[in-house]
Amino acid sequence: MSVHALPLPLSGTLDRRRFAWPAALLVVAYFVVPLVATSYLLEAILLPFLALSLAALGLNLLTGYCGQLSLGSAAFMAAGAFAAYNFNLRIDGLPLPVTLVLAGLTAAAVGTVFGLPSLRLKGFYLAVSTLAAQFFVQWALTKFGWFSNDNPSGVIDAPKLLVAGLAFDTATGRYLLALTVVAIVTALTVRLVNSPTGRNFIAVRDNETAARVIGVPVLRTKLLAFAISSFIIGVAGVLWAFTYLRTVEPAGFNLDRSFQILFIIIIGGLATIRGAFIGAAFFVVFPLILSRAGSFAFGGLFDSGVLDMSQRIVIGALIILLLILEPRGISALFDRVAARLGRLRGRP
Amino acid sequence: MTTAWLDAAAADGLRAALRNKTVERSRPAEAGIAASVGSGPAYALVLAGVSLAFGGVSALDGISLTVRRGEICSIIGPNGAGKSSLINVVSGLYAADRGTINLLGKRVDKVRASHLARLGVARTFQNLALFGGLSVRDNVASGLVHKRRSNVFSQVLGLPGTAAENRRIRERAAETIDFLGLSAHGDQLVATLPYGLQKRVELARALVADPALLLLDEPMAGMTATEKSEMAGFVRAARAHHDLTVVLIEHDIGVVMGLSDHVVVLDYGRKIADGTPAAVRADPAVIRAYIGSTDGVGGEGI
Repeated sequence: MSVHALPLPLSGTLDRRRFAWPAALLVVAYFVVPLVATSYLLEAILLPFLALSLAALGLNLLTGYCGQLSLGSAAFMAAGAFAAYNFNLRIDGLPLPVTLVLAGLTAAAVGTVFGLPSLRLKGFYLAVSTLAAQFFVQWALTKFGWFSNDNPSGVIDAPKLLVAGLAFDTATGRYLLALTVVAIVTALTVRLVNSPTGRNFIAVRDNETAARVIGVPVLRTKLLAFAISSFIIGVAGVLWAFTYLRTVEPAGFNLDRSFQILFIIIIGGLATIRGAFIGAAFFVVFPLILSRAGSFAFGGLFDSGVLDMSQRIVIGALIILLLILEPRGISALFDRVAARLGRLRGRP
Repeated sequence: MTTAWLDAAAADGLRAALRNKTVERSRPAEAGIAASVGSGPAYALVLAGVSLAFGGVSALDGISLTVRRGEICSIIGPNGAGKSSLINVVSGLYAADRGTINLLGKRVDKVRASHLARLGVARTFQNLALFGGLSVRDNVASGLVHKRRSNVFSQVLGLPGTAAENRRIRERAAETIDFLGLSAHGDQLVATLPYGLQKRVELARALVADPALLLLDEPMAGMTATEKSEMAGFVRAARAHHDLTVVLIEHDIGVVMGLSDHVVVLDYGRKIADGTPAAVRADPAVIRAYIGSTDGVGGEGI
C-alpha cells in the first residue's frame, strides 16, 4: 500500500521477499494439498488448523497488537457460529458469504459490548471481566432454545455449504472454502496492522497516556479492536462449526477453547500475523504426533488414558521450556534461526 | 516548516480568533512583562491560583504564572516541588482542584488530555513514553494522528484519500526526523535505540504537529553533557523555526540558565521565584530552597 510513496530503491525487493513465503504457501495450499491430502489430513488436521488460526489471528489483533487481554474468544466464536446458523435458517436463500459477514458483525456487536469494561480495566482485571462474556454467551445459548431452533440439547447442524451454486460439502470443498475465508481475512488483517489504525492499536498498547496526549482516540481504538477482533473470531467460529465439526453445541465453546486460543498466540508469537498460524499448527499437530509416537512406543504397555495424560504433561513441559528459551514465541525463534543461517551463509 | 500542508485555513482561523479576543482578557495580574509583539495572543500560558492536592498532600499551592509567547520558560525546583504535577495539570492528566488555566489565549476550565493536540499543545514525558513496538518513523508520524480524517475501512481498502493523507503525513514526519538528525534511524524500532536518541524521538513526535506550546518534562534527564547541549540546541532551533513557546522542566542549572528566557522556581508546591535567569539565580529564596544557605549556586547539577 505504501510502495509508490516510498522512494527507497529497496522497497520492491523487500516486499517481494516478505510476500514470497505466504504466496508459496497459498499456491501449495490451493493446488497441491487438495490433490494429495487424505480426508483424514483435511478433516482432522487442516480444518481445525484453519479455524483455530483465524480465531488466533483475531485475538492477536486485540491482545497482541492492542494489548487488551481477553478470555472471551470462545464466546465470540459461539456468537458467530450460532448467528450464522440462525441467519441461514431464518432468511431464505441468504448467500453463504453474506451469512459469514452477518455472523461476523453479530460477534463484533457482542464483542464490543463485552469490550466496554476495557475502557476502565486493564490487564488481568480486564481478562477476568471478559470471562463474563464466556459464561454469559454459553448460558444464553443453552438457556434459550431459539438460538438452536429448539434443539433439546442446544446442538446446531451445519447447513449445506453452497457458494454461487457450487457445493462445498466434501472434505476438500470445506477445506477450500475455509482456506479462502482465512486467506481473505488474513490479507485484510495484514493491511490493517500496517495501517494508521493498526499503529494506533500498538500506540495504545505501548503507552496509553502518551497515545491519549498525542490525540489517539483511545476509547474508540480499544472498542474498535474489540469489534474487529470479535468479527474475525466470529467468522472463525462459523468455520469451526460449519466446515470442521459440522455439529456443535454451546459447551464446545467453553473456557478451555478460550484458553487454547490465548495460548496459541502466546506460543506462536504475540503481535505477529504468522504467530497465529504457527501457534495453531503447534496445537493441532503436536498432540497428534505425540499420540502417534506414544502409541507406537508404549502402545502395548499403557492404555489410551495414560497416554492421553502423559501427552498433556509433555506438551505442558514443552510450552514452559519454549517460553523460557524464547518468550516472544515460535515466530521469534524462527527469526533467530533465520538470522543465524543468514549470517552463516554471509560468511565466506 | 509551516502548517500549510494540512488544514492551513483552520489554523489561520484559529490564530485570528485568538488574536482578536484574548489578549486583553487574559492579561495577567502580574505586571512587569512587556506585551508581546507580532500576531497571536501575547501569552501562551497563564495560570492563576492553580492548586492540586493528592489526598492531604498539597502538590501545587496557588500557582500563578505567565509564559509569554515565543519564550523558553524553565520550571525548576527540588525533587517533589510540584514541577511535573504542574505540567500534568496543564496537559490535562491531572485536574486542578482550584484555579484557572489559559492555554494559547483560550480559557480552559479543565484541560482534556485527548484534546491537547488539537489545542496546539504537545508534550514529552519525564520517563520516556514512546511506542516501543513502532519504528522511529511511525512514532514520529503518530504525533499527527489527530489530523487524520480517514477511517479504518478506507485505510484497509486503500481508498484514494487515504494514500494522499498518508503521503502528507509521511513527508511531514520525514521533515521533522531530518530536522532532529534522526534520518539514519527512521526504520529502526524505537525500543532498540540508545536512550539519548529515544529522548530525541520523543521531541520529534511532539514537534511534528507544529504545536504552539511545547511542554518538556525533563528532556535532558540522564544525558551526558554533550547530549544535553545537543538537546538544548534542538529546543532553541525548534523555537526559531516554529512559532513556538517552550515550557520545560530541568534540573541542570547550567543548562537552564543558558537556555531560558524566563525561570520559575517551585518549592513544596509554591512558587518562590519568577523572573529572568540572572534575577532568579541571585534570589536568596532560591538559594535557600536549593542548598539551605546563601553560599553560591553557580555549579551544575543541583
